[in-house]
Amino acid sequence: MELSVLFFMSSGLFLGWSLGANDAANIFGTAVGTRMIKFTTAALICSIFVLLGAVISGAGAAHTLSKLGDINALGGAFVAAFAAAAVVAWLTILGLPVSTTQAIVGAIIGWNFFTGMATDFSVFKTIVGTWFLSPVLTAIFSYFMYKGVMWWLNQQKFHLISLDAFTRYALLFAGVLGAYSLGANNIANVMGVFIGANPFGDVGFLSGLQILFAVGSIAIAAGVYTYGKRVMMTVGDSIAPLTPVGAVVVVLSTSLVLFLFASEDLEYFLASLGLPTIPLVPVSSSQAVVGGVIGIGLIKNASNIRWGVTGRIVVAWVQTPIVSAIASFFMLFLIQNVFAITVFQSVEFEVSQPLLERHAKHLDVKSLQSLIGKKYSTSGALKNEVDTLLPHAEYKPELRFVQDAKIEEITVDPSRFPELEKGGLLTRPQIDAVRALAGKTFKYRWQLVDAMAQNSETWRMKERTVLNKPYNKEVDHRLEIVLDLYTAKMK
Amino acid sequence: MNTANLSLFGKTKALEHKVDEFLDVLSECNIFFKAAITYFLEAGGNGAAAFQQKVKEVNSKESHADSLRRDIETELYEQALIPDFRGDILSLLEDLDNLINLFEENLINFSIENPQFPAENHKELKMLCEQVALCVESCVMSTRAFFRDIKAVRDHSHKVMLYEKEADKICIALKTAIFKSDLPLDQKSHLRNFVDKIDQLANEAEDVCDFLAIYTIKRAA
Repeated sequence: MELSVLFFMSSGLFLGWSLGANDAANIFGTAVGTRMIKFTTAALICSIFVLLGAVISGAGAAHTLSKLGDINALGGAFVAAFAAAAVVAWLTILGLPVSTTQAIVGAIIGWNFFTGMATDFSVFKTIVGTWFLSPVLTAIFSYFMYKGVMWWLNQQKFHLISLDAFTRYALLFAGVLGAYSLGANNIANVMGVFIGANPFGDVGFLSGLQILFAVGSIAIAAGVYTYGKRVMMTVGDSIAPLTPVGAVVVVLSTSLVLFLFASEDLEYFLASLGLPTIPLVPVSSSQAVVGGVIGIGLIKNASNIRWGVTGRIVVAWVQTPIVSAIASFFMLFLIQNVFAITVFQSVEFEVSQPLLERHAKHLDVKSLQSLIGKKYSTSGALKNEVDTLLPHAEYKPELRFVQDAKIEEITVDPSRFPELEKGGLLTRPQIDAVRALAGKTFKYRWQLVDAMAQNSETWRMKERTVLNKPYNKEVDHRLEIVLDLYTAKMK
Repeated sequence: MNTANLSLFGKTKALEHKVDEFLDVLSECNIFFKAAITYFLEAGGNGAAAFQQKVKEVNSKESHADSLRRDIETELYEQALIPDFRGDILSLLEDLDNLINLFEENLINFSIENPQFPAENHKELKMLCEQVALCVESCVMSTRAFFRDIKAVRDHSHKVMLYEKEADKICIALKTAIFKSDLPLDQKSHLRNFVDKIDQLANEAEDVCDFLAIYTIKRAA
C-alpha cells in the first residue's frame, strides 16, 4: 500500500468525519433534541446503518463516481475534500446544520478557478434554490401535517405512554432509513474519488470497494460520535421548542418533500400513469429539516422561534459554498507551490471540424471556424475565446462545446475486454459494440460514445422525456463503466 | 417467564396498566373512606368491626399505591420515557399519592382518637364525605383523561372545583353547628380538626386539578 495514497485518503476520511458530525442531525436531530432517543443510541444506530448503507447500496451501484471526480488529480481531490471538510467541520463546531454536498461543490469551483477550468454557474442557481425551496416547502408541509396529526391523535385517544412508545419507534424507524440512505448516497462523495487508487483488495465476501467504503463509513461514524450532538441539539432544541410528535412530523415532512420534489422515481411513476408530474426542484435535507422545525414553531407561536439562531444558520448556508471555494483556491495554491504536489493534470482542448459539426445545431459555428486547430491548456481559456467570438451564445450549449473539446485520445484496448464482462453489468450487444472498436483511437470522448451508439442501438439515448429518463440514465451508467475503463485514472 | 418484555409494546402496556391500577387504588380508597365514615357513625365509633375492616383495607391499598408509584417513577426514569412530561407526571403521581395518604391518615385518626360527633351533625358529616368523594372521583377521572383524552380533562376538572366549593360550604356549616352547640370547647376543637382534615381532601383534589390544567395546556400545545 502506497503511503501517499493513504495520505491523500486522509482528507476523504476528514470529509467523512465532517459529514457524520453535521448530517446526522438531519436524521436524528429532532429525536435527540426532544430527548426521545438518547444521543448514544442515535449515534450507534446511525453508525451501523450508515455502514450498511455504504457497503451494501453505496458500493453496489454501478456508478460510484463522486462529485469530486470532476477533478483530475489526486492531489487536487485531496485539497478540495480537505477544504470542504474543514468548512463543514468549522460550522459543525459552531453547531450549525449545513449541506456537505454544497461545501464539496464550492470546493470544486475553487479548483476550477485555480486551474482555469470553465465553471457551470448554473450550479449556484441550484444551490440558492435549495436555500429557499427546501425550508419553505418543508415548513408548509410540517405546518399542515402537524395540524392533521394532532387532530388524528385527538380522535384516537392513545394513552400518553403508548403515544410515547409509538413516537419513539417512529423516530427510530425513520432514523434507521435515514442513516441507511445517508450511507448509500453520500459515501461516493466521501470515498468515491479514491476508487481509482483503492489500496484494499477483496477479503472474503467483501470487495475492495466495499472495504474502502466501510473505512469511509467508519469515519462518518466517528463524526457522529464525536461532534454529532452539537448540531443535533441545534436542530432539535435551539431553533424552536419541539414536542416528540413534532419531532416525528419534521422527519416525515422532510422525507416527503425530498420524495415529492426530488424523486425521479415518483416523476416516472406519475408519468407512466399519464398523470401530470410534480416539477423536480432542488431540495437538500440539511435545509429542509430546519424549515420543518420552523413550520411547527409557527403553529404554536412565531415568537417561540429563535430567529437569531435561524439567522445564523442561514448565514452558514450562504457561507458554506463560498468559503469552501475560497479555502480550496488558497489551499491549492499553497499545496502546489509550497509542497510541490500536483493538483491537476495538464489537459488540452482543441477545436476541430467534427467538433463544430457536432455543435452546429446550438451554436453559430461559422463564427468559430478561426479556432480550428488551436489548442488550449484550460477550458476557461477556450471559453474566453468563444465568448469573444460569440458574445451572445447561450451558456449551456457553449459550456458543452468547451467540455467536448477536451482531447483524451482514448484507445480501445482489447486486453481489457474481459473486465467489461465482469459482474454482468453490460448486455451482450453492448459488449459486442465495444469489441468492434478494438484497437481504434478516439480523440474526443464523445467520438467513442458516438461510435458505440453506431455499432449498437443499445448504446443510443432515447428522446428526452420523463418516461425515457430511467432508460437514458441506465445507458449513461453503463457508458461510465466503459469510459472509466479506457480513460486515464486520477493520479 | 415475563412475556410482557417479548412484545414490541409489552413494556408500554405493562406501565400503562400500572398507571391505571394506581388510579384504581385511589378511587377504591375514596369509596372505602366514605364507607368507613358511614360505619363509624352508624355502628358505634372506632369499635365497629366493619369500620376497622375498612381502615385495614385502606392501609393495605396505601402500601400498594406507594409501591406502584415507585415502580412507575423508576420505569419512567430508567427507560427515559415521556421526556417532555416526565416531570409533570412525577409531580402528579406524588400529589395523588398524598391524597391516598390523607385518606389513610384520616381513618387512623378516627380509629385512634374516636371523635364523638353528636347525632345531629351526622347528616352533615355524611354530606361532607359525599362531596369529598365526588370531588376526588372527578379528580381521578380528570387524571385518567389527561393520559388518554386531553379534551375531557377540563370537563372533569370543572366538576372538581364545583364539588370542592360545595364541600367548603358544608364544612363551614358543620363547624358553625359544632361551635354553636353546648359541647365542651375541647371537644368542639377536637371535632373541628376532623372536619377540616376531611375537607382537606377536597382542597388537595382541587390543587391537583389546578396543576393538571397547566399540564394539559402544555400537552395540548
